[in-house]
Amino acid sequence: MSAILAIAQTEIRIGIRNRWVLLASIILLVFALLLALLGSAPSGATKADGLSVVVASLSTLSVYLVPLIALLLSFDAIAGEIDRGTLQLTLATPVSRGQVLFGKFCGHVIVLSLAVVLGYGVAGALVFAAGQNTGMDGVADLVRVIGTSLALGATFIAIGYVASASVRQTGTAAALAVAIWLFAVVLYDLALLGGLLASSDGFFAKVLFPYLLLLNPADAFRVFNMAAIDAAGASTGLAAGGNAMPFGPQLAIISPFVWMAIALGLSTAILRRVQP
Amino acid sequence: MNMILHTHDVSRRFRNVEALKNVSLDVASGEKVALLGHNGAGKTTLFRVILGFLRAHGGSISINGHAPGSRLARRDVSYLPESVAFPKMLTGREIVSFYAKLKSAGAGQVESALEKVDLADAADRRCGEYSKGMRQRLGLAQAIVGEPRLMLLDEPTSGLDPISRQRFYSLIDDVAGRGTAVLLSSHGLSELELKTDRVAILRKGELVANGSLAELQSSANLPIRIRVRSNSDDVESVHKRFGGERVNGESVVFDCARPDKMERLSAISQLGTAVSDVDISSPSLDEVYRYYSRDDAEGGDEA
Repeated sequence: MSAILAIAQTEIRIGIRNRWVLLASIILLVFALLLALLGSAPSGATKADGLSVVVASLSTLSVYLVPLIALLLSFDAIAGEIDRGTLQLTLATPVSRGQVLFGKFCGHVIVLSLAVVLGYGVAGALVFAAGQNTGMDGVADLVRVIGTSLALGATFIAIGYVASASVRQTGTAAALAVAIWLFAVVLYDLALLGGLLASSDGFFAKVLFPYLLLLNPADAFRVFNMAAIDAAGASTGLAAGGNAMPFGPQLAIISPFVWMAIALGLSTAILRRVQP
Repeated sequence: MNMILHTHDVSRRFRNVEALKNVSLDVASGEKVALLGHNGAGKTTLFRVILGFLRAHGGSISINGHAPGSRLARRDVSYLPESVAFPKMLTGREIVSFYAKLKSAGAGQVESALEKVDLADAADRRCGEYSKGMRQRLGLAQAIVGEPRLMLLDEPTSGLDPISRQRFYSLIDDVAGRGTAVLLSSHGLSELELKTDRVAILRKGELVANGSLAELQSSANLPIRIRVRSNSDDVESVHKRFGGERVNGESVVFDCARPDKMERLSAISQLGTAVSDVDISSPSLDEVYRYYSRDDAEGGDEA
């Protein structure tokens, strides 16, 4: 247990000292504020909570940025330590490989949490103070989007470990991480859209599509958050799909957690076979 | 003697390359053994097999009675890899206490380890600012926490200046004095400065020598070089008597096998005034090392 704590503490320390936390939270804050400014113009006179409107944009922002930040945080975890020789040192001690990975996971999730809470928290506080018609509903929406963003981020941190443990060079791991991000948040959605266009009324759209959304943790995150905000009447554009689901959209949030468990198990199994 | 490291007939292949061939090497409690060999001779592979990172394809290994890589074996062993880059953002103290926690060693050991490697003053600076020698000492500090029974040090003295190297060996003496078995690898014999109890030499994965330095010197049976200073009148007859090479017009240099040494010396002394001085040089450590690590197939010219 103390070994896991020591590993997590070291990751947090490094994340704070190399200004990682600061940089990531500034990026999140800047994008969040940009969206808040752009988003406030059309929604000026709606009845919806001003903060809730911003939160709707934040959940779209999270789909892109949070997995990217998470992968950038984790791709180096194993391959980088093999490169630098520190993994050999760590694995020569009595600590088990599962403990090493879990310690890093705890540390990285906390680093990511600091960045997300700071970035979105400050953005949310500014909107809350400056916006009209803001209330406790909006705060609840903000807390929900922060919480689910952390779940999404933790999932992609774990997926990053799979990439990092599978290769020996940091550069290869980085390329793999970028490929995973591109596939999960861009190409996957494009492919789904293509499928919908090709058969807008067929088996694909009616039966397969909702489950394919569920299969991708980033899409599942979007479905969950849009559905939750929909209830408050602040949903925008494309997100309306949540209503036509064959399952309760609030169940979609299970997807990131399932992927998190799979990725952690897989990366631990791979790490056990690594010859440092 | 209480054997801490016991390896018997260990083999390891990488595809078609035999990295280790039937290596048998024991290190007892309190013993310091140097493992020598060229790059690629199998030193690091042997370490990685002992640590359990690589599986041996043949033979047996035990560390204080435990299987390599098992939790109990890892509790007893500590390791310093050839090259390690610690996170630049952390201080020396943070790094040593990190490994101390992984080894369940007390905080007191962190301070004493930092003092032993002369880093107590620099302990609160970030190790990104450390010099190469300081980083090497930091690695050593990490290796001595946790009171290991077996220390594996891969080229620990590379990059150290002569004074640091001296201090390194006195530190190793200290650690071995408390019963730790030490196995350290090095490129050449001369770097060891006669500081280890035993020397083992690997050549292309085979253990070609394993003994004290004196034993290695005598079993290598390298000739002793004798240089006789004569004068310009007698040098010709001295050269005829002993053979060898004439140097500077007045001296003769020749090789002589170890058992013939005394016979040759008495022959020289019988020459009386024809000889004004005699120099005898035993083969240097580097020559002994070159003898054992020579590459028979290629004539050993590369060394």
